[in-house]
Amino acid sequence: MGQQIAYRLLLSVPVLLGVLVFGFLLLKLAPGDPAMVVAGPSATPDVVEQIRKEMGLDQPTLVQFWRYISRVAQGDLGRSMINNTSVAEELALAMVATAELMIACLAWAVPAGIAMGTIAAVFQRGLIDRVVMAFSVAGVSMPVFFIGLLLMQYLGYKWQLLPFLGRGGPLWTLEGLRHITLPAMTLGFIFVGPVARMTRASVLDVLKADFIRTARAKGLREKTVIIRHALRNALIPVVTLVGLQAGYLLGGAVVTESIYSWPGVGRLAVGAILASDMPLAQGAILSLAIAFLVINLIVDLLYGLLDPRVQHR
Amino acid sequence: MSVLVQEKPDTSVQATATPLLSVDGLKTYFKTSGGLFKAVDGVSFSVEAGKTLAIVGESGCGKSVTAMSIMRLVPEPPGETVAGSIRYAGDELIGKSRREIEDLRGAEISMIFQEPMTSLNPVARVGAQIAEGLKRHKGMTDAQARERAIEMLRLVRIPSPETRVDEFPHQMSGGMRQRVMIAIALACDPKLLIADEPTTALDVTIQAQILELLRSLQDKLKTAIILITHDLGVVAENAHRVVVMYAGRVVETAPVDAIFSDAQHPYTLGLLASVPRFDDDAERLLTIPGSVPHPAHMPAGCRFSPRCTLATSKCTAEEPPLRSVASGHEVACWLAPIEKHGS
Ligand SMILES: Nc1ncnc2c1ncn2[C@@H]1O[C@H](COP(=O)(O)OP(=O)(O)OP(=O)(O)O)[C@@H](O)[C@H]1O
Ligand SMILES: [Mg+2]
Repeated sequence: MGQQIAYRLLLSVPVLLGVLVFGFLLLKLAPGDPAMVVAGPSATPDVVEQIRKEMGLDQPTLVQFWRYISRVAQGDLGRSMINNTSVAEELALAMVATAELMIACLAWAVPAGIAMGTIAAVFQRGLIDRVVMAFSVAGVSMPVFFIGLLLMQYLGYKWQLLPFLGRGGPLWTLEGLRHITLPAMTLGFIFVGPVARMTRASVLDVLKADFIRTARAKGLREKTVIIRHALRNALIPVVTLVGLQAGYLLGGAVVTESIYSWPGVGRLAVGAILASDMPLAQGAILSLAIAFLVINLIVDLLYGLLDPRVQHR
Repeated sequence: MSVLVQEKPDTSVQATATPLLSVDGLKTYFKTSGGLFKAVDGVSFSVEAGKTLAIVGESGCGKSVTAMSIMRLVPEPPGETVAGSIRYAGDELIGKSRREIEDLRGAEISMIFQEPMTSLNPVARVGAQIAEGLKRHKGMTDAQARERAIEMLRLVRIPSPETRVDEFPHQMSGGMRQRVMIAIALACDPKLLIADEPTTALDVTIQAQILELLRSLQDKLKTAIILITHDLGVVAENAHRVVVMYAGRVVETAPVDAIFSDAQHPYTLGLLASVPRFDDDAERLLTIPGSVPHPAHMPAGCRFSPRCTLATSKCTAEEPPLRSVASGHEVACWLAPIEKHGS
């Protein structure tokens, strides 16, 4: 198991390197001269040249890249070009907000999807099955921003049930919970469907297995057979799916955060790109990539917990 | 006076002893897109406490479906037991609720299957899989159930049961897994064990070990066994009675000796002829040409008639009923009884 994690971590090195290259190129290839952006529109060419030197922009590209990497390795992500704040500090705050959103989303969407999928499988071809499947197709085919706007319009604006702008404090406070409800619902909505469908297919498959017949032959209650024997096995592909969908989820988070002004990494990234604030954009993209890798690592850990055969491979 | 007291009538002899399990006219059909499959079509037999009944027949003749019908494990749909009676210790099982059947399964009637490699839950430790039934039926605590699980593993002769109890199925061989299955099945002291081809998927040497284990456990625990097999060699060594099935029906039933010395049905004779024997100087008169009929297209008359070398016009017109030819020996064949053969 430990070996597997080490292997995973090793695999993530090239991914991180790729993201660093991408972030760096973003800065190099973006239209506009960063030195000029920093200097402001009224600066003289001398001043701009001065700033360019200070920023190391006069050095060869490879040297710049090396400097960039060594800075990042030390946790120095530079300063925002717009408001001169530390990118690392801004990101630290934003990452907490995004992690909250992810957790709140997964905390309801995964159990709900698993429950819906299991019930649909048990009552295969019944009414409940059809309703669940229709719901999950709707969830998959509607874009996040549409669901977000819909929920915001009705639950937030019209009926004034829940706040829909920004974060209301840490998750464990009532205001925090109230504020996160709509964004978490929105983001979760695109996730419930795939989880429900995968669970349904997986449970149906497992119910045909010989060991289910054994469990029944022992005289276990049908509920026990489903939950303890079928579901535990059926969850293995579901966990894989969650891992595969991590990127999709992060993409959804970017949109959701923008809609609800949720102060997370996604919103930060969008804002930074729109404002040509390249150090901030770089940092935000890097942390989204790290989030992706972390989710996959957690999935691997879960996988090992669920399937004892993994540990012995 | 004292003489009279000693001569108290023996009730167990007078009253017709109820068998542990009696199956009567069992019909289990499958509704499929290819038609109605009459997989089991009027099967009757009974099993006595502590004895072994073998059910033999070619592949597809309905042995497993019969066993699954008793356990009520036939997948519904497409399957359904449409008629018949299954009495366990005098108690009718047909018509019982699912929950009542669940109370019997594993506690009174257990089953082991043909596929040891896939019959255990891959993500649960074998000890937990044995303990589960004990907690369910015997109300044991985790600790008690674990103790008993280790004891069961020892009983089925798994070496170092104290460590094996915490292993996962994938850490064990097929033979070991089948032993675990037996441990699961016998953990709650059931009175009847249905073993559906328990050794078919195993190596020959392992087969013999498993069968020997079942025999010794039967001696120890006095469990009745329904042993499903297509191997008459296995029957000779293990069974007290034999039921020969063909195309969803019982064609012959007899004590084990009578099957080998006085088989009456041409199908049984065909099965016997296809078993390699050591004293095989006798000419093999009967072999079984052709194959089992498709369950949706059963032949008219005797179902075996298209393959029977002795079939007459009566055989293809009218289905023969099971008739008694000797004590405890019944045959469904118009030609029976035939004169004694063999020896
Ligand atoms: N789930 C099912 N759906 C449709 N038909 C079935 C199903 N299960 C069994 N059958 C039918 O029942 C018939 C008897 O099958 P069964 O498994 O009882 O045979 P068997 O005697 O146990 O054979 P084997 O020696 O191969 O195990 C088969 O011909 C098959 O067509
Ligand atoms: Mg079978």
